[in-house]
Amino acid sequence: MARTFREAAIAGIGATEFSKASGRSELQLAAECSKAALDDAGIHPSEVDGMITFTIDNSDEIGLCRCLGVKDLAYTARIPGGGAAAVATIYQAMALVNAGLCNTVLVWRAMNERSQYRFGQPHTQNLGPQAGNGTGSLLWCMPFGAQTPATWESLAAQRYMQQYGVTNEDLGRVAVAQRKYAATNPAAWFYGKPITLEEHQSSKWIVEPILRLLDCCQESDGGVAIVITSLERAKDLRQKPVKIVGACQSIPYNVEVISNYYHADLSMMPEAEGTAKRLYAQTGMKPTDMQAAMIYDAFTPQVLKQMEGFGFCKRGEAKDFIKSGGIDIDGILPVNTHGGLIGEAYIHGMNSIAEGVRQVRGTAVNQVKNVEHVLVSSGMAGAIFEKV
Amino acid sequence: MTDPTESAPNPPPKPTRLAPIVTLDAKFFWDAADRGEFVGEACADCGKLRFPPRPMCPHCHSVKRNEVKLSGRGTVYTWIQPRHPAPFGFKEPPIVATIELEEGYRLVSNLYDIALEDVKAGMPVEVFFVPTMGNHQVPVFRPRAK
Ligand SMILES: [Zn+2]
Repeated sequence: MARTFREAAIAGIGATEFSKASGRSELQLAAECSKAALDDAGIHPSEVDGMITFTIDNSDEIGLCRCLGVKDLAYTARIPGGGAAAVATIYQAMALVNAGLCNTVLVWRAMNERSQYRFGQPHTQNLGPQAGNGTGSLLWCMPFGAQTPATWESLAAQRYMQQYGVTNEDLGRVAVAQRKYAATNPAAWFYGKPITLEEHQSSKWIVEPILRLLDCCQESDGGVAIVITSLERAKDLRQKPVKIVGACQSIPYNVEVISNYYHADLSMMPEAEGTAKRLYAQTGMKPTDMQAAMIYDAFTPQVLKQMEGFGFCKRGEAKDFIKSGGIDIDGILPVNTHGGLIGEAYIHGMNSIAEGVRQVRGTAVNQVKNVEHVLVSSGMAGAIFEKV
Repeated sequence: MTDPTESAPNPPPKPTRLAPIVTLDAKFFWDAADRGEFVGEACADCGKLRFPPRPMCPHCHSVKRNEVKLSGRGTVYTWIQPRHPAPFGFKEPPIVATIELEEGYRLVSNLYDIALEDVKAGMPVEVFFVPTMGNHQVPVFRPRAK
């Protein structure tokens, strides 16, 4: 078949319910969310010809193909880096469609990371170095008691907070803003449960003096899937197409996903700055072209650092941007309007990509007015979605 | 040394700290730690230090390595105390810190002999060793005079 460049678009999104105990296998969650995304697009599951997930997803491609009845899979890939690379699934799918190698790329992430294993507990079962997860230096943390995602995050975040005088109360405002969004999102675990800054400040320390309980995302059970095809084809499908204007990744020298203590200056985020630079160069766009942003928020400090990394404000200014209501629904840049990973569920960043799609379609429960472009970031990968 | 014939009513408690995870490329570091020595890895051709250890120099791509003795002095870069869940292997939550070594790179370790609220960025520290399960040792740090 002759290959020519084709624009890529998101044609379908799907999810299971988000819970603490799904009561079924991760493969079943993967199959259910995939079927939902394909139904959303109006594409028969047998037509899937590309599949992308995380290196750390436990469901097997062939197992999922056997559930969906995929008749001829042309391409499979897995992205390293866990949640930080969530958006890398989108650029890989985009590239496959651009290159004419696939017509229907299914991206999925499904996990029982609350009921089956505890993502937030000490990772003492996986002590050895593992290739392909983007964070090979965790073994240098384990004997010293840094054994959880919250501790790994805090060790780096503290330098940023020191540099710019960011307090735990400043972080709390991120949690309050996102829980407000979650409170009006029926799909969110924290639907109907907003919090106050006082409640945030009286929640227990998870890692002193950086993260309180309400700074942390949820351990969640659930699955999210996204279907990418050509823009031309998407126009004839069930939903309004969401064009992927650009998508890319940046992993600068000496940066890794979470045991990320070895690059020059921990007060900044070279991977976010690198992704932003590449993404804006690729698309010719700038931060002020975005009407909303979905930003990876396993922990609150990540939102501030990425807002600065992507140029929505200058270094050190995110705390004031947030304090002045900048990320609220009527703010300069509404952020994580579904409640984020903190308020909706922690499906490793994939549910935030789905929210970016809903905002461009105009179907979000907390819909931002006049959305043309949404930026989606997972820290070391990013994408810009466009209304067609 | 204690006379082995003396009665020892209170033997020291067995270490509960996790033993280091030893990979082939970092074995020299942990072997030295077991001897109570704090060492680093330098390129045998261009002399540049690197951490974490790795089999090739990113500057000149030599695979020849030298083990070099480090001063054991550094400063505190970041520090935290894990509260919940309790880290495995500790009776009391440790202070976990990234230490900037005099030789110019960082590593993750623990701070001893100081309260969390007294730790300051840039505080000078020096290395010493504590035991782990399996009869190994890991380098940790405590304040030193400037
Ligand atoms: Zn060299």
